[in-house]
Amino acid sequence: MSQERFDALIEADERIEPDDWMPDDYRKTLVRQIAQHAHSEIIGMQPEGEWIIRAPSLRRKAILTAKVQDEAGHGMYLYGAAESLGVDRAELLDRLHDKTQKYSSIFNYATPEWADVGAIGWLVDGAAIANQVPLCRCSFGPYGRAMVRICKEESFHQRQGYQIMLTLSEGTPEQHAMAQRALDRWWWPSIMMFGPPDADSPNTARSMAWGIKRYTNDELRQQFVDATVPQAELLGVTVPDPDLVWNEQRGHYDFGTPDWDEFARMVKGEGEIPDLRISTRRNAHADGDWVRDAAAAYAAKQQRREQVA
Amino acid sequence: MNANWPLWEVFVRARRGLSHTHVGSVHAADGETALQAARDLFTRRQEGVSLWVVPSSEVIASDPANEAELFEPAADKAYRFPTSYELPPEVDHM
Repeated sequence: MSQERFDALIEADERIEPDDWMPDDYRKTLVRQIAQHAHSEIIGMQPEGEWIIRAPSLRRKAILTAKVQDEAGHGMYLYGAAESLGVDRAELLDRLHDKTQKYSSIFNYATPEWADVGAIGWLVDGAAIANQVPLCRCSFGPYGRAMVRICKEESFHQRQGYQIMLTLSEGTPEQHAMAQRALDRWWWPSIMMFGPPDADSPNTARSMAWGIKRYTNDELRQQFVDATVPQAELLGVTVPDPDLVWNEQRGHYDFGTPDWDEFARMVKGEGEIPDLRISTRRNAHADGDWVRDAAAAYAAKQQRREQVA
Repeated sequence: MNANWPLWEVFVRARRGLSHTHVGSVHAADGETALQAARDLFTRRQEGVSLWVVPSSEVIASDPANEAELFEPAADKAYRFPTSYELPPEVDHM
């Protein structure tokens, strides 16, 4: 009966809410996906956070601080959505810290130059938006609602990034070259953010049947390339893909094949940067121990006072 | 005796996919009867598909006197809004 009702709701493209019965695999898939998404938001604070003290002006510093603060907030929205499935936030953080749950491998790349902050906003947040807009219609209500909130805030992220790229590309030859180097570094990783090709993505069909996913990896990837190439042309920078060409017949860009071996290595999370991301995160958590202890002690003291009074 | 029934805040989910929204309050002896009262009072015309009732005494509200210090600082941070970034018309939909 429960399964029938769940199937009927999915069939009617209705939303599943936390109190509804749901299959175990649906719950598990969502916990894994939402947790990974939440982890990505808070780990994503690091590559850009490194640039806050080095941003070239007070304005850029304020913008970048606001953006990194938003990423933290996105993580909180998503941990909240995951908790509606009956898991505990502290446990999810433990799993991030012991590497049994993953975050997006895009954050395992380095940000050696200021232009990388621009490229991240433009491309990485651009790819994230392409991924996240359809998730607003995810069949699980709390996840969809978190995504609506997040998507509203992402527009500022992408625009500030593109504006950095625009400023650099219209600047001195050195600045223009720096913008080009950032595009060279971030183009392929961004393309790979949509995940493996459909043929190698065994869970896609099930997630689509459940209404968690609305488009396949390759469909979203194509949509991103089509939207982004004209933006690169406007900047006067060259997309580092010799196979990139407009296909009149398809009405889409044809493009080359990313280095999926590199993707597999990055997903594994081995190497200097992934270790740095996790150790930074672990240390931040451990350094916050005394704050959590102090807050608990203060709350307990207030409670004792109320009881006395 | 009835006068001592506690107050419950009522939240209705208008349809699946939407958050519960605060609609008002009811007096009731316990949570179960509060739910029934809320059903009768607020959803007589298919206003919703789900109800929450929460003891009013459990709601911690911000002090209206603190409105300025809580919410005004966001006003001078225009850079948090997408509109504060001027882009060429070709990409302005971004």
